Amino acid sequence: MAGVIHKLNQKKNNSWLFHLFWILPALFLLVFYFYPILRVVQRSFIEEGRISVLNTANLKTGWRAIQFSFKQALLSTLATLLLGFPAAYLFGRFRFPGRKLLRLLSTLPFILPTVVVAAGFNALLGMNGWINNILMRLFDLSEAPIQMFGTLGAIILAHVFYNTSIFIRIAGTAWERLDRNIEDAARVLSASPWQSLRKVTLPLLMPSIISATLLVFLFDFTSFGVILLMGGAQFATIEVEIYIQTTQFLNLRLAGMLSLLQLVFSMSITALGRRIDKMSFTPVIPVVDEGNLRKPDNLWKRVFIPIMVFMLVAVMVVPVLALVLRALMVPPGENAADGLRLSLRNFQRIFINQRDALFFVPPFIALRNSILFASTATMLAVVLGGFIAITTRWSKKIGDVLDTLIMLPLGTSAVTLGLGYLLAFSGSRTLIKYYPLLIPIAHALIALPFVVRILQPAIQSIPEQQHYAAVMLGVAPRKLWWKVDVPMIKKPLITSAIYAFAISLGEFGATTFLSRPEIPTLPVAIFRYLGLPGMENYGKAMAMAVILLCACAAGFIFIENLQETQENQ
Amino acid sequence: MNKKNVLLMILSALVFLSCSPEANALVVMTHDSFAISEPVITAFEEQYNVDVNFLPSGDAGSTLNRAILSKDAPVADILYGVDNTFLSRALEEDLFISFTPAALSDLVNEVVPVDGNQMVPIDYGDVCINYDRAYFEDADLPLPQSLDNLLDSAYAGLLVVENPATSSPGLAFMLATIAEYGPNGYLAYWQDLKANEVVVVNDWETAYYTNFSGSAGQGGQPMVVSYGTSPAAEVIFAEEELDNSPTASLVGPNMCFRQVEYAGILQGTQQPDMAKHFIDYMLSPEFQSDIPMNMFVYPVNRHAEIPPVFLEHAQVPEQPAMVDTDLVAENRESWIAAWRELFTN
Repeated sequence: MAGVIHKLNQKKNNSWLFHLFWILPALFLLVFYFYPILRVVQRSFIEEGRISVLNTANLKTGWRAIQFSFKQALLSTLATLLLGFPAAYLFGRFRFPGRKLLRLLSTLPFILPTVVVAAGFNALLGMNGWINNILMRLFDLSEAPIQMFGTLGAIILAHVFYNTSIFIRIAGTAWERLDRNIEDAARVLSASPWQSLRKVTLPLLMPSIISATLLVFLFDFTSFGVILLMGGAQFATIEVEIYIQTTQFLNLRLAGMLSLLQLVFSMSITALGRRIDKMSFTPVIPVVDEGNLRKPDNLWKRVFIPIMVFMLVAVMVVPVLALVLRALMVPPGENAADGLRLSLRNFQRIFINQRDALFFVPPFIALRNSILFASTATMLAVVLGGFIAITTRWSKKIGDVLDTLIMLPLGTSAVTLGLGYLLAFSGSRTLIKYYPLLIPIAHALIALPFVVRILQPAIQSIPEQQHYAAVMLGVAPRKLWWKVDVPMIKKPLITSAIYAFAISLGEFGATTFLSRPEIPTLPVAIFRYLGLPGMENYGKAMAMAVILLCACAAGFIFIENLQETQENQ
Repeated sequence: MNKKNVLLMILSALVFLSCSPEANALVVMTHDSFAISEPVITAFEEQYNVDVNFLPSGDAGSTLNRAILSKDAPVADILYGVDNTFLSRALEEDLFISFTPAALSDLVNEVVPVDGNQMVPIDYGDVCINYDRAYFEDADLPLPQSLDNLLDSAYAGLLVVENPATSSPGLAFMLATIAEYGPNGYLAYWQDLKANEVVVVNDWETAYYTNFSGSAGQGGQPMVVSYGTSPAAEVIFAEEELDNSPTASLVGPNMCFRQVEYAGILQGTQQPDMAKHFIDYMLSPEFQSDIPMNMFVYPVNRHAEIPPVFLEHAQVPEQPAMVDTDLVAENRESWIAAWRELFTN
C-alpha cells in the first residue's frame, strides 16, 4: 500500500492513475450515500407539497427527542470512557494470561442484534433473572431488588456493553504500538508515572482517544434498538422519532427535518472533535510493534490487572455467557422443580422444518448468507478505506475532505438511508434484482469511518526511509507492498477488517430497513423466531443467536490468523 | 490478506448475488410475518405455470409505505398484509385495481368486504390480553372481566402493553379502549391505567418474551397484550407436550380488537389476470386452511378448516371492539400523539 505511496510522493503531479485512490471512494459515496439522501430530500421537501410541520406539537416532540439524544449520549459516552480508557491501557501495555481471548470476547457484543442482547440481560438481570433470584434468596427478599428495564440506566449499561470494544480496539491498539521507550525515557528524566502519562503518553494517544470517543458518541447519539428495547415507551431519541414519524405516520417532512438536524449535530460534533485533535500537538513518531507489552512489575499493576479483567468480564462477557446458557436451557421437568436443565434441544430444532414452511430458514443457509454479506462488506470497506488513508498521505486536503464525508453515514438516520435506498434503487423490476447487493454496501458505508480511523495513523507512520532502502535494493513496487508495507500495518489492517466484519454480521443501521427477498441472514432468522409466541420459538431464537456468536468468533479468529500466515509465507 | 482468498470471496459473492428472482414472475409484496406452506404455493405455480415470488418488506406499516412510495413504478403485482388500522390510508392512495373474487360470498360473518372491493379480506385475528394461568391460580386472583376491571388495585403493575406508536398490537389495544370509552374518554382511562402501574414497552417481542411471566422470559407481569391465538401457539410450540396452555385470553366485551388483513392487486401490474387468479387462490379453502398454523390467524372462508388445537386452546371474543376505519384513518395520528404525550411525562 505504501509502496504506492512512495511512488506517489515522487510522481505527485504526473500520474492520473493515482487520482483513482480518491475518485473511487468519492464515487462510492456519491452513488450509495448522496444520491439516495438526495432522493429523500426531494421526496420529503419538494414532492410532499407545503404541509406545514412546524406546529407546537411537532416542535415539542422534536425538542424532547433532541434533548434526550444528547443527554443519554453524553452519559453513555462518559460511562464507556470510564471503562474503556483503563481497558485500553490494559490491552496496550500488559501481557497477562487470557489477553487474546478477552480481547476476542470483548468484541463479540458488537455483532449481537439488540433484541438478543435484551434477552441476555433479561436472563441475567430481569425480574426473574439469575442475579435477582440469587439476591432474593441470599437476603430473603420478597421483591426483585434490581429492576432495570425501562430506565435510563439500562440504556447506558447496554451502550457500555456494546461500545467499550471500540476503545479497546482503537485506543488500545494505538497504545500497544506506542514505543514504550519514550515513557521510560521520561521516567529516567525523573518524571513521576502521572507526569509521564499526562505529558508524554496522553498527548501521543490523543488522536486515537478522540477518534474512539467520537465514534462511540455518534453510535450512542443515533441509537435506535437499545432505546426501543431497553428504555421503553417514555424515551425517544431523534432516530426513534424519525422511525415513528416515517413508518407509523408517513410524515416524511417531520422525519426529513429531524434527519437533517441529526446530521447537522453529528457533523458539528465531528468537527469539534477534529478541532481538539488539531490543537493537540502530535508528532509522527515511529511505531514499534513488538516489545511494548510487559508483565506487571509492581504491586499496583498486579492489582490493577485482575480488577480490570474482572470488570470487563462482568460487563461484556457475562451477558453473552448468559445468552449462551439461556440457549442451552430447557425448563425443568415436573420432578426437578429447581434444577437447571441443559440440553442441545434448541439447536437440534432449528434444523427441522416442521410445517414445510415456505420461509423456513435452515441455519446453514442463513449462516452462508451472513458470511457472504460480511466478507463482501469487509472487502469493500477495507479497500476503499485503505484508498482514503493513502490519499491522506498523498494530499492532506483531499484526504481531509474524504475523511469528513465518510463520517456522514454514521450521523445519518438509518431509517432515512433505508428510505433513500428504497426511493433510489427499487424503482424497477430490473433494479430490484440487484437490491440485495445494497446490503453489504450499506454495511461498508457504516464500517468505512472505522476502517479509515484505524488505518490512517498507521499509514501515516510508515517511515519513508524504509522505502528508499528497499528501492535501492531493487525491490519491485508490488513486492514492496506485500513484503514491507503490509506487514508494517498488519495489526491496524486486521483490526479494521474485524470491525467491518462485525458491523456487517450484526447488521447495523440501514439494513434493518432494507428488505432482502429470499436472502435471509442469521439476524433475520432470529427475528422470525422471536415473532411467534411459544417457548420453543424463543429457544430457537437463542440458539440462532449463539450460532451468530460462533460465526463471528470464528471470523475474528480467521482474520487474526491471517497475519500469522503472512509471516510464514 | 491472501490474494487467492480475496478472489475466491469476490467470486462466490458475485455468484450468490446473481441468483435473483426472475423478471416475469408474479411478485407478492407482504409484511415480514407472512408465512405459508411451500406445497400450497407450489400447487398454484404448477397449475398456472408461473413463478410466485414474495417480497417481505418490513412490518405492516413499512410494507404499505413501500407500496405508496413506489406507486409510480410498482415492484409487485399484489400487496398482502394491510390491516384495518391502515386500510383507509391504502384506499386513499388509490393503489389498487377493483376485483371481486367469487369466494367473497363464502366469507365468515366476522369480516365484511370493503366497498368497491379494492382490497379483499384474507384473514382475521383478535388482539387480546393473555394471562398467566398459573399466576392467577396461585394468587387466587379473579380474572378481570372488563377494561374497567383492569383499574382495580388488585391488578396494579400486573399488565404490560405495547406502545401504539411502535407496535401493531399496541395500536390495536389502544383502539379497543377507544371503542369502549370513545375518542374523548380513552385518555382518562389510560391515565387511570397509568396510575395503576401499567407497564409500557415498545414492541410485542419485549412485552411477550421479557415482561410476561407466562412464557419463556419469565418476566414480572402476568398479563400481556398479545393475540387471541397465542395460547394455542404456546401449546404447539411447547417445550414438552401439554394438555393445557399455560396462558389464556381475556375475552370480555371490548377487551379484544379484531384485526382483519387484506390483499389487493396493485395498479400498474403487467399481469392482472394472473394476479386475479392468485387472489382467488388466496381465498380458496386450500390456501385458507393453511393460514392458521402458519400465521396464527383465522381464515375468512367458511369452508376452510380450523385446526383442532385452535378450537381447543384459543378463545374467540363474542364482542370484539370495532372502530370505524374512516374514523381511524382520520384520527390515528392525533390519538397516538395524545397517548404518547401522556406516557412521555
